[in-house]
Amino acid sequence: MNETQRILLETANRLLGDLCTRPVGDAAEQGAWPADLWRRLEETGFTNAARSTARGGESGDIGDMYLLVKAAGAHAAPVPLAETLLAEQMLAAAGLQAADGPATIGPVLRADRMTLARRGGRLSLSGVARRVPWARHARTLVLLAEDRGTTVTVRVEQVPVEAQGWNQAREPRDTVRFDGTEISADAIGNGFDFDELYRRGALCRTAAMAGALEKVLALTLRYAGERVQFGRPIGKFQAVQQQIAVLATHVAASNAAANAAIAAHAGGDGAFQIAAAKTRVGQAAGVAAGIAHQVHGAIGFTHEHELHRSTRRLWAWRDEFGSEVEWASWVGQTVAKIGGEVLWPFLTGRSAGAAADVPGAER
Amino acid sequence: MNLNNFTAVAHDDERLAPLRAEVRRFLAEERAAGAFTRATGWDHWDPEFSRKVGAKGWIGMTWPRRYGGQARSSLERFVVTEELLAAGAPVRAHWMADRQLGPLLLSVGTEQQKDTYLPRIARGEIFFCYGLSEPDSGSDLASIRTAGTKVDGGWAIIGRKVWVGYAHRAHMMNLFARTSPRSDEDRHGGVTQFIVDLKTPGITVRPIVNLAGEHDFNEIVFDDAFVPDDLVIGTVGNGWKQVTGELAHERSGPERWLNTFSLLVHLVDRVAQHPNERDLEKIGRLVSQLWTLRQMSFSIATLLEQGGTPNLEAALIKDLGTLYDQEVPAVARQIVSEEVRAGLSEEDYLGELLDRALYYSPSYTIRGGTKEIIRGVIAKGLGLR
Repeated sequence: MNETQRILLETANRLLGDLCTRPVGDAAEQGAWPADLWRRLEETGFTNAARSTARGGESGDIGDMYLLVKAAGAHAAPVPLAETLLAEQMLAAAGLQAADGPATIGPVLRADRMTLARRGGRLSLSGVARRVPWARHARTLVLLAEDRGTTVTVRVEQVPVEAQGWNQAREPRDTVRFDGTEISADAIGNGFDFDELYRRGALCRTAAMAGALEKVLALTLRYAGERVQFGRPIGKFQAVQQQIAVLATHVAASNAAANAAIAAHAGGDGAFQIAAAKTRVGQAAGVAAGIAHQVHGAIGFTHEHELHRSTRRLWAWRDEFGSEVEWASWVGQTVAKIGGEVLWPFLTGRSAGAAADVPGAER
Repeated sequence: MNLNNFTAVAHDDERLAPLRAEVRRFLAEERAAGAFTRATGWDHWDPEFSRKVGAKGWIGMTWPRRYGGQARSSLERFVVTEELLAAGAPVRAHWMADRQLGPLLLSVGTEQQKDTYLPRIARGEIFFCYGLSEPDSGSDLASIRTAGTKVDGGWAIIGRKVWVGYAHRAHMMNLFARTSPRSDEDRHGGVTQFIVDLKTPGITVRPIVNLAGEHDFNEIVFDDAFVPDDLVIGTVGNGWKQVTGELAHERSGPERWLNTFSLLVHLVDRVAQHPNERDLEKIGRLVSQLWTLRQMSFSIATLLEQGGTPNLEAALIKDLGTLYDQEVPAVARQIVSEEVRAGLSEEDYLGELLDRALYYSPSYTIRGGTKEIIRGVIAKGLGLR
């Protein structure tokens, strides 16, 4: 982390710490839009972190973007910050106009496909995208659609939410439906394919989980120091210490995996690293949430206590954009393709993922 | 307490890349010449191979040139070490002196000790073992009873050491012995490190066969064995501080997560030949963990190079790495069923690698600090103790 990023992180932690209060979180889970929080994020420029200077932003540095996604994860910020930043990445890649206000992206499920039809000079969009994050609050929806055998990026201003749903953290996950909606030609460009969007989504959830894991450890350490049983803080008992130590190993591993995946992605590749990191951090999420709840005992199981705001996010995010089951299979297929003897050169290679770097990789 | 020190992303710069390539060429030639196979593993005593590694300048490579070293960085050592271990090259003979004794002598040894031992260690001519545990002292190392009594010109050693790896093959031992009684005020004071020539009269080496049926451990009995004054390492009574100073090096290295790599290699090939979704996922989970561990270990090597003492980070890696090394055989047995095993060809040593990894798996979370001790270190780093 450089000096600028240190300042950015400090600012983000202060702002998010002040604004992501329990009432704000509770209201968001009941369907309210945290307008004040979002406005403050816009004012500080955080919502524009993915925008390059050419597109009216300040840097568009990928490292900055994921730093903010991680911080938002640590503070359980009930806003589509990651989605808005992802949307800008898609719009920029497709050469489309940047979005104002909260934005989101789709489809997020492998099975969902949007299609673009051309009749005369008219373009129309059809299809259903499910589990779209924050769709009901998004002013702009950036979609991938099939257009004559290729994938195009489509910018939509009216988001047709057909059904509202939630993830395990009660963040909005909605169904949007298009039935031949007319699309203007200047709202279409060539950019990402679905795998690219899916991978970047996985990286966002990985970074957010790394943040939430740090929060869960901090809450657990605080509680173990405060809660007294048998005349001592429970953190003085070896059985509890050993559990918290295990929690810490998973937090550390998650930080290492997320950092490496972000760096690889910033370096222009990262397919393998993102898959391995989503797998590793997804694995950590379950273990860490389990230990944190065990240490907190009954109070951590209440709505009143803040622990669940982080643990329910870990449970939700580990499944979104591919669970560790899905990504582990991808990693397994990748290494099975290159073979055992090439595994080591592959893991230590320039990008641990660019198959072209590995001798004999295509055999 | 910061658990986000794992920021140095593993990357070979213009200094590391050619070195890695050179080690790979050397290993490929040695393997082709039949010097080793994946079946034996890195934890294998082979003086001839150690001399070849020494001739390449890869033992004591971070030490000053005047003591036979190459004045290379700890990241360069990391690269060489992980390459040797991943290939399953037999490096055990020079291992303890390269990793621990050499750096110890460099920091607290006398000129005479450095001149006498370091160049010979670096050439792969003289091998060391470590005498720490005793029948009644394992995790509670400060409770050792093997005693050094001051006599004219040196020390008389009486006592017993156990679990001394390869004492029957090594020339010398780094002995950890009590030189003044244990006191309640200073539990860790009064222990001293000695260099002991294992041919000294009064020393008996007895084999302890392990559960794999192999002889690597030994029991050593010291019956009034004489050690001259000039073989005291560092300061008399300061042994505990000296020994704990090396923990970050001892706990964060690739030997904590590469014990089962050859098994993983064969497992990947097995699954590649008989792919199914379930086994691919299992392999993917292991590889994702291994990749993460390597990132962490590389990060710590970077911190060590910058002069840090990341003892907490090293403990985190040791805990995760040793658990991973235990998980590999546990996963392998789900893939290598009895049915699969019965169908393996004579040349396929997947079954043999699995057996070995399983047999040795209990040792990973015991040696170098038990899982419980390591987690205690982590808890202390977290401020819980």
